[in-house]
Amino acid sequence: MNHIISVLVENKAGVLAKISGLFSRRGYNIESLAVGPTDDERISRITLVVDADERSVEQIIKQLYKLINVIKIQKLEPSNIVERELVLIKVNADSKTRGEIVEIVNVFRANIVDVAKKTLIIEITGSSQKVKALQDLLRPFGILELVRTGKIACTRGSKY
Amino acid sequence: MSKITGAQMIIKCLKEEGVDVAFGYPGGKVIPLYDALFDSDIRHILVRHEQCAAHAADGYARATGKTGVCIATSGPGATNLVTGIANANMDSIPIVAITGQVERSQIGTDAFQEADITGIVTPVTKHTYLVKDIKELPVAIKQAFLIASTGRPGPVLIDIPVDIQTELIDENIKVDINLTGYKPTVKGHLKQIKDAAKKIARSKKPVIFSGGGVIISGASEILQEFARTARIPVITSLMGKGSFPETDPLSLGMAGMHGTKYANLAFTECDLIIAVGVRFDDRITGKLSEFAPGAEVIHIDIDPAEIGKNIKVLIPIVGDAKTILTDLKEEYDKCIEKKETQDREEWLARVKKLKEDFPLTYDRKSNKIKPAYVVEKIYELTGGDAIICTEVGQNQMWAAQFYKYTKPRTLISSGGLGTMGFGLPASIGAKVGRPDKTVIDIAGDGSIQMVSQEFATAVSNKINIKVMLLNNGYLGMVRQWQEFFWNKRYSNTCIKESVDFVKLIEAYGGVGLRVTKKEEVEDAIKKALSIDNVVLVDFHVDCEENVYPMVAPGASISNMLESV
Ligand SMILES: Cc1ncc(C[n+]2csc(CCOP(=O)(O)OP(=O)(O)O)c2C)c(N)n1
Ligand SMILES: [Mg+2]
Repeated sequence: MNHIISVLVENKAGVLAKISGLFSRRGYNIESLAVGPTDDERISRITLVVDADERSVEQIIKQLYKLINVIKIQKLEPSNIVERELVLIKVNADSKTRGEIVEIVNVFRANIVDVAKKTLIIEITGSSQKVKALQDLLRPFGILELVRTGKIACTRGSKY
Repeated sequence: MSKITGAQMIIKCLKEEGVDVAFGYPGGKVIPLYDALFDSDIRHILVRHEQCAAHAADGYARATGKTGVCIATSGPGATNLVTGIANANMDSIPIVAITGQVERSQIGTDAFQEADITGIVTPVTKHTYLVKDIKELPVAIKQAFLIASTGRPGPVLIDIPVDIQTELIDENIKVDINLTGYKPTVKGHLKQIKDAAKKIARSKKPVIFSGGGVIISGASEILQEFARTARIPVITSLMGKGSFPETDPLSLGMAGMHGTKYANLAFTECDLIIAVGVRFDDRITGKLSEFAPGAEVIHIDIDPAEIGKNIKVLIPIVGDAKTILTDLKEEYDKCIEKKETQDREEWLARVKKLKEDFPLTYDRKSNKIKPAYVVEKIYELTGGDAIICTEVGQNQMWAAQFYKYTKPRTLISSGGLGTMGFGLPASIGAKVGRPDKTVIDIAGDGSIQMVSQEFATAVSNKINIKVMLLNNGYLGMVRQWQEFFWNKRYSNTCIKESVDFVKLIEAYGGVGLRVTKKEEVEDAIKKALSIDNVVLVDFHVDCEENVYPMVAPGASISNMLESV
């Protein structure tokens, strides 16, 4: 089961290593990870997706809290969040297939950000499902490269 | 504005933290620090191997309750500390390790004697610092001591590049130690405590399970008051020994793999465990699914991550053991006033019967020197008033089983990591911290050889510890497992007659006594205690003696192997 954990940390050298080290040491797998400073540059937010059962996630959160540089941890409820991932997909596209690909891209409200003779680069943001659906449709054309950011998420409404 | 060097700043900060002794070993990247140390009144004990500086700081911390300090140079000096740091981490012992590092400009270049020590020790420390700006130096030191000694204590390492040690800094720089992400909970949740009191009042067959956290928190007295008022028997972990007097009728001693059979049976039969500052380690629980099948659990611990980690908990209470037990006793007293408490005489009678039926024992009639006999004699002749350190293996278990611990901080043993070679340096640290006490290392012939160079440290600094060597010619605990579970194939565990330990200690300037007959045991211990020097008594004990009772690895603790 995938869980999204949002961690506020002090923006200091070595903090990310301490967090990722904790996961490997305790035997948990990180599915994805995104890091960046918050509005307050002294604080960074790390958004982690982990595949673990409920009990393990509780233990992960407790262990994370023990790290001195960790300020706050939230386990995000999938039903009550906006989640996004940004993916760049380089796909084969010649004069015959380009039109079809552009149509698909439009349906998904994705963007074409680079056009070359034999390839296109498509940028899509959205939930993992949306990204996966596009990926499935583009695969027959030949995906040459796929680069994704980790998932980021925000709780809906005024709660934070 | 007067300026001092970074090295002088380190000394100044250490003094502010009340440090009066440090254990360490110099090298290229701490020469400035050692130069500043030369002028200071901090006592520096020069060990002979950095691992032992960490162990000595650890032993000092366990004996005194203060934070121990150790120092090493960069690279190999720092990596030599690792075992000692990991050991302190497993047993929640406050130490601050200071290491030298290559110049800032050299970091990351594989410079001579560079090691990424903060990276290496991150998994085995509570926190680490790599100081990259001299202004951070006093902050790091102040925070390090705070973090090491509060909440669930543990080791903190501060890595200080050598060019920071020589850089100048304003002596009176203001230090702000704002730690946003660090606020250990001290006071327990009152509603949980009330629920716990009621649960305990209704329990017919409760036990208290007391661990190292009780000693760290200074909760031993209140624990005793509570246990006696509520009439609840007390089981300890190895780390909890000394938190409740083992001479008390309510004491069931230590549970687990080599615990008392009566403690293990009491766990198996009880209906409620009140666990305090203890983490249900696998050496205690045996097969988890069969551990204490009829028991509900109240778990008091300052580390929320320990609660529910291994076993299911009914009432968790996060906070400091002493604070919580004080509140809990108050709530429980109310239950007594309202006459809501169960009568426990039947349970206490049952527990008493278990104690009578399954005492710890050994072949007392044997003419050989039984290790248990030696430990019993040490107990008798010290009046139970010594600080006992142990090595790891059979010697450790006999020291735990046959000496009765009645006060906190009187047993110093490597619990979580099980580090052979811990006892000798730890006893050095303990004696430095408690010079008023008799400090004894109950040792094994294998373990002591991992650290025997520290006899030099002890003798040259007149740290007059007594080593009682249970010399069985084997890596005994491993041999015991080979005997029980590997068809007596003693692969690489026989170390018989490899060393003349009397000559060895004499070579270092200490005193050695050899004991080969049972009748000599008592006199040798008396003599060792009376000599004003480091003494090693080489007891040639029964070679193939085993530690009983024993729970086979992975088995239920209700099912113990006993001697025939
Ligand atoms: C550093 C280290 N290496 C290996 C072990 C594994 N080990 C546990 S007990 C033991 C034997 C200890 O021998 P000795 O010190 O003679 O004690 P005895 O069991 O004979 O009393 C060994 C090798 C350990 N605990 N620590
Ligand atoms: Mg031995």
